[in-house]
Amino acid sequence: MASEAKEFKWVGKRTIRPDGIGKVTGRDRFGADFALPGMLVGKVVRSPHAHARIKSINVDKALALPGVKAVVTAADFPVLPSEAQFVGEGPVNMWDLSRNCLARDKVLYDGHAVAAVAAVSSDLADQAVALIEVSYEVLPHVIDVDEAMRPDAPILHEDMFTDGVNPKPTKPSNVAKRVEFIKGKVEDGFEKADVIVERSFTTKPVHQGYIEPHACVVNCGEDGQATVWSSSQGQFMVRAYCAKILGWDISEIRVTPSEIGGGFGGKTLVYLEPVALALSKKSGRPVKMVMTRAEVFRGSGPTSGASMTIKIGATKDGRITAGQALLKYQAGAFGGSPIGPGCMCSFAPYDLENVEVIGYDVVVNRPRVAAYRAPGAPIAHFGVESVVDEIAKKLNIDPIEIRERNAAREGTQTHFGPRFPIIGFVETLKAAKRHPHWKAPLGENQGRGFATGFWFNIGGESSATVNINEDGTAVVATGNPDIGGSRASMAIMAAEVLGIDVDRVRPIVADTSSVGYCFLTGGSRVTFATGMAVVEAGRKTVKELCNRAAKIWEVEPDQVVWEDGFARPASSNVGDFEPLSLAAIAAKSARTGGPIGASTSLNAQGAGAGFAAHICDLEVDKETGKVTVLRYTAVQDVGRAIHPGYVEGQIQGGAAQGIGWALNEEYIYDDKGRLQNPGFLDYRVPVASDLPMIDTVIVEVPNPRHPYGVRGVGEVPICPPMAAVANAIENATGCRMTALPMSPPVLLAAIDGEG
Amino acid sequence: MTKYHVNTSINGEPTEFLCEPQETLLDVLRDTLGLTGSKEGCASGDCGACSVIIDGRLVCSCLVLGVEAEGHEIGTIEGLAQGAHLHPLQQKFLEEAALQCGICTPGFLVAAKALLDANPNPTETETRYWLAGNLCRCTGYDKIIRAVMDVAAEMRGA
Repeated sequence: MASEAKEFKWVGKRTIRPDGIGKVTGRDRFGADFALPGMLVGKVVRSPHAHARIKSINVDKALALPGVKAVVTAADFPVLPSEAQFVGEGPVNMWDLSRNCLARDKVLYDGHAVAAVAAVSSDLADQAVALIEVSYEVLPHVIDVDEAMRPDAPILHEDMFTDGVNPKPTKPSNVAKRVEFIKGKVEDGFEKADVIVERSFTTKPVHQGYIEPHACVVNCGEDGQATVWSSSQGQFMVRAYCAKILGWDISEIRVTPSEIGGGFGGKTLVYLEPVALALSKKSGRPVKMVMTRAEVFRGSGPTSGASMTIKIGATKDGRITAGQALLKYQAGAFGGSPIGPGCMCSFAPYDLENVEVIGYDVVVNRPRVAAYRAPGAPIAHFGVESVVDEIAKKLNIDPIEIRERNAAREGTQTHFGPRFPIIGFVETLKAAKRHPHWKAPLGENQGRGFATGFWFNIGGESSATVNINEDGTAVVATGNPDIGGSRASMAIMAAEVLGIDVDRVRPIVADTSSVGYCFLTGGSRVTFATGMAVVEAGRKTVKELCNRAAKIWEVEPDQVVWEDGFARPASSNVGDFEPLSLAAIAAKSARTGGPIGASTSLNAQGAGAGFAAHICDLEVDKETGKVTVLRYTAVQDVGRAIHPGYVEGQIQGGAAQGIGWALNEEYIYDDKGRLQNPGFLDYRVPVASDLPMIDTVIVEVPNPRHPYGVRGVGEVPICPPMAAVANAIENATGCRMTALPMSPPVLLAAIDGEG
Repeated sequence: MTKYHVNTSINGEPTEFLCEPQETLLDVLRDTLGLTGSKEGCASGDCGACSVIIDGRLVCSCLVLGVEAEGHEIGTIEGLAQGAHLHPLQQKFLEEAALQCGICTPGFLVAAKALLDANPNPTETETRYWLAGNLCRCTGYDKIIRAVMDVAAEMRGA
């Protein structure tokens, strides 16, 4: 598999990332590392209530404090119509997003932003925050998704009438949307089944947990032009949302991306930037805003918690005859949970005749959810892959074998519509089965679990510019924040096309005014879509290099070919010319037509779906309920690994986040709806001593729609771990765990028969 | 508020600064001295992104007050490379792709250096427990642990 990479000079090589030195020396600038002369510090006043009407906001005392330069509330922003924008990961309603940045009329969760101040120091800004008087009428709240769906539940939005129900309800509810995906007839399928398993599951909201809190510095000039430096997953996303929320023209805002200290989907929205811009405009000064860790937990992210029921039937020979799922996802305070993708991913790994998936998007008094790595999919996979495991056990069929018998392959019609093009699920399962891990012996109190996952991956709009410098080096400009090594893959692909040394290519992440539009860094799209733009811009550049060589040689352009970084005569008939290097052509560019370079803007189609299969070994301490993960192997079809090191890193990181989701991470609320664990001490993400090495197996079934065969990589590895861990716990203890996280007290209760 | 005059040494350079009594060493490093390589991930000592070495001891600079730096030797990420010459840990992190977004990287490098200063031959378990105070959300730690152990082996062989 990996040997295929031999046909390439740079693709598949573990090059040193071009931005590496700045990262290991601490010199690179992340969101909070910027500063401007005369800069003010902005801070946010947040709701202490889960649900309350805002009766009044008095800012007089805060404004009277010397050193306080501006205060803003929702009254400083236009009231936006309810309309969807498609500049982030999934559509976002601007009415909602505006109210999420600063609450209007009502606060909908503990930590909801209500007002913001700008002052000459951090200390004064804190004092000003304390002086803002907000009068609330506290309302009943609801945190749990099942409770929120009850007819007598407190209603968050009086104008929420469930979409997707015919006829449209006349009574408001907390159900924003109902979706369904139906293929065949599940009733018929269950009738043919020899064995049926039905189980209900719950998962808790989990935070993306990026180590860098949200941060920005903004500056509104007297000429009406505003500049934003911020940490986000998309400078163009920040620009679009800010313009909309503030009612400004897009051309008035220029956004420069800082280095980004993790996002995982959580930085595909704006929280601070529009507020900081309003403060800067009011004060006439640059404004810096940085969230505290508690604000990150209370006010940004997380992904949905859920309640779901999964029912699967199969014949004795392990053929699944029907799959049924009822998924209820918490959206947080505004509609927009990833229920759609959750429903679609649920049974996507399998070629099934009869599927019925019904989903509900439900608002609750929690922070508005943000995308988190394969949004929606890991939740559904936890349920489905747990039940598939149980079916396999009942039928006494090997867990990988049962999946092979039902695996989706090229041509399989999904339950959400499209047929799969070339996919590598079967190859991924085979690689997992071949791995020595699958047959390794287990000790006492140890168990092994297996689970799979699916994610679509996306393409979308991307732009790239390749400029050849006069010494034969090259600059590659794209517009996607580099969240985990994408500059390295851009440099590799450009070097491959140009035929020059990768160290002679300098990739940059440009600001919104310096490169064509790029949809944000998300959906595992950058190496695929922006990579495609880089390759196309590179090919155009090569064509121009051939034209210039033709001019130098005084032959026709089609008599020149490009090989390994040199222009050569297409045949001996063209003439006896010494090959011209890229550097030689670049040196003469002024005399052959001027600077050499090319830009490409495209909307990349044909993203290749990603499939993953994970094997987890763990040991359960039956005295305490503590789980120790002993060995972990993650197998994934990546299409083609442009930089295998960073591909492995994505797989390992996704697996680790999934293990955290499975065992430890959760939002804990008190009876007043206040978040009790907004910090890394009590919201426990995995640390180094919690994990073993995470072995990776890269399967390469190239995606024919990308010049080098790339599929997205970053998201699907978070899909299998929760079920892989749960299935391993079942294997070790006999306890089928149906609620996440499977933390020690919960598991201990199950072992002791109280679960 | 009255500011305090503090004399200290940072990365071997005599350094003096004025700070308010409630300012943390991390605030001083980042906001007063412009040493932004130490990152603030939590301000509560839970993430290790602000790791520095004070008199040979690994600490979170968010848990130390600026005034407490008086008379002490402080080492930050900015002092790890010798001029243009990277520390072996920095070099190995690059070679082995032991970083993704890079926000936790300075803290890990400082903590790893403190580990190798204290224990040139750590086991994998010792390495994992020593670095358990540094959170990384991108890598799953695998490549970080391997890089640190590889450097330890190389430095022992040198």
